[in-house]
Amino acid sequence: MSTSTRLAGVAAFLLAVFVLVPWAIAASGRWDFYYTLTSVALLSIASAGVWLTFYIGRINIGQGAYALVGGYVSAILMTKAGFSFWLTLPLAGLFCAGLSVLIGLPILRLRGVYFAMVTLVLTEVARLSALALPVTNGAKGITSIPLPGEVSLFGLTLIPDFATLANPKLAFYLVAALLMVLCFAALYRIVNSRLGHLCRSLQQNEELSASIGVNTAYLRVLAYSISSFFGGIAGAMFVAISQSIYPSSFQVADSVNFMLNCFLGGLGYVFGPMLGTLLLYFGWDLLFTTGRFQLLIYSSLLIVLMLVLPNGILSLLDRKGGRR
Amino acid sequence: MEQILVNGLYLGAQYALIALGLTLIFSLMNVLNFAHGQMYVLGGFVTYTIVSQLGLPFIVGLIGSAVTLAVVGAMIEKFLFRPVIRRSHREESTMLLAAGIAFFLDAVILLLFGEKQRGVPKIINGVFNWDFRIIMPYDRILIGVLAIAMIAAFILFMQYSRAGRAMRALAQDRVAAQLMGVDVDRYSMIGFALGAMLAGLVGGLLVTITGVNLGMGGPTSIKAFMMIMIGGAGVISGAIAGGFILGMMESIGLTVLAAYGDITYLVIFASLMVFLAIRPQGLMGKPWG
Repeated sequence: MSTSTRLAGVAAFLLAVFVLVPWAIAASGRWDFYYTLTSVALLSIASAGVWLTFYIGRINIGQGAYALVGGYVSAILMTKAGFSFWLTLPLAGLFCAGLSVLIGLPILRLRGVYFAMVTLVLTEVARLSALALPVTNGAKGITSIPLPGEVSLFGLTLIPDFATLANPKLAFYLVAALLMVLCFAALYRIVNSRLGHLCRSLQQNEELSASIGVNTAYLRVLAYSISSFFGGIAGAMFVAISQSIYPSSFQVADSVNFMLNCFLGGLGYVFGPMLGTLLLYFGWDLLFTTGRFQLLIYSSLLIVLMLVLPNGILSLLDRKGGRR
Repeated sequence: MEQILVNGLYLGAQYALIALGLTLIFSLMNVLNFAHGQMYVLGGFVTYTIVSQLGLPFIVGLIGSAVTLAVVGAMIEKFLFRPVIRRSHREESTMLLAAGIAFFLDAVILLLFGEKQRGVPKIINGVFNWDFRIIMPYDRILIGVLAIAMIAAFILFMQYSRAGRAMRALAQDRVAAQLMGVDVDRYSMIGFALGAMLAGLVGGLLVTITGVNLGMGGPTSIKAFMMIMIGGAGVISGAIAGGFILGMMESIGLTVLAAYGDITYLVIFASLMVFLAIRPQGLMGKPWG
């Protein structure tokens, strides 16, 4: 694909996210869609992290743990230490990245289902720790967290105080969408760099790439910490929106969903997790009207989709010339 | 102390039986069966329906659970896993399918049996009491003995029967087994059915003691994953060892750590991480499963 069509595609996407969607919502008056779309944007950031661990050939079902940790770091810094939200956002990501280096060093030696199972257990560990640690306030969680405050540089207001805004939903949507765009741009850049090629060699054959001098141990920890960084900022942002966090805010089901998003979109495509999240989240929401059959229809659709398109939705593109 | 050990043995026998089914499916098809906990819950509900609603004897309920789950497992393998494994580029794709099946079974259980906690009346009354050092209700002893008998029967079946030998050959090397004339498709299906049946049997056994409810599926799967991680995935002896070790740890932890609050599982998880850092393939597993 040529550079100009790719640029046009990116421009169209940005236009749709930042102009068309707010316009359409304002025109139709469906303000509740903002919350749905904000959630999709944030969940797709966390899924992007999972996707990156898939890219080095590991199945990661532990993203919920990092989202929870990120959320708690942000919440505790804001309520106990009085930090501004905008400062806690990167701090939550960095904390998760640091934590994932510590956890990743031993567990990244595992492969295949072993790694998948350990990360699944990790999600449960995070939930139980949040219940047991004194600083997290146990099952009661942390509530009434302040909305993001204002950021000004030399007296010039860059970001207004969210509490004074007439429409904080729109503001949250824009912030989340911006974060999502930045994360996927970073992911795209990583995948199409030397680092990305090295990661791909890990996915195909770890021994072989180690034998030709790739530092596999360093690379997989690096990829895992970037992945956890994404999980952390997604969790922190969620806390700012819901203004509360509980040990059950992110649990095993969420971790599994992050993984499903990646599968559904397609593991070979950078934008797979975004599409997967959009479809799964919206699909679930739309099926709400079916009442008690919601889960039945949803899971049947998942199974059918898997039978028809076992390599993800974006694998449809493969037939038309194999774009990657 | 004796009490703790007996409790651990009893728990371990149940756990080992769950882990056996999961590890069997994993070793044959390289599929991590996310729906294992849901199959266990389904087995419990089938026994509940037969025993409490229809008023038939417990043993009929147990057989009913086993047959139902074996049929469900065989269907899932034949119509879902087999085509997906054949057509997908990466074998991890089966995890999405397995998770989808877990959701599906949850939905089916919710629609058929509702969300209430269900149980069946005690099968035997009375409590075994040895000088107040070991106190154990008779029905727990019966269930524990039944579970151990089933484990023994399963091992004998895998060791000496024709189907068991074929499945062990499949687990060792799929292609070689096929070249030796093993009907791979048929024995994959039998293996999956057997694994699902074991899950159903445990469900049927435990419904008499702890009861069963919809939310038990996910946590049970996680426990089963832990057991096969401790023992090593795809190895039968490992699954049994993992089950008994987890049962013991839970029993000891609940007694010793009770003073510090509800942290037994946190300690178990943390020690599992440390253990896996030292021995990634578990106690008896092959490296990289």
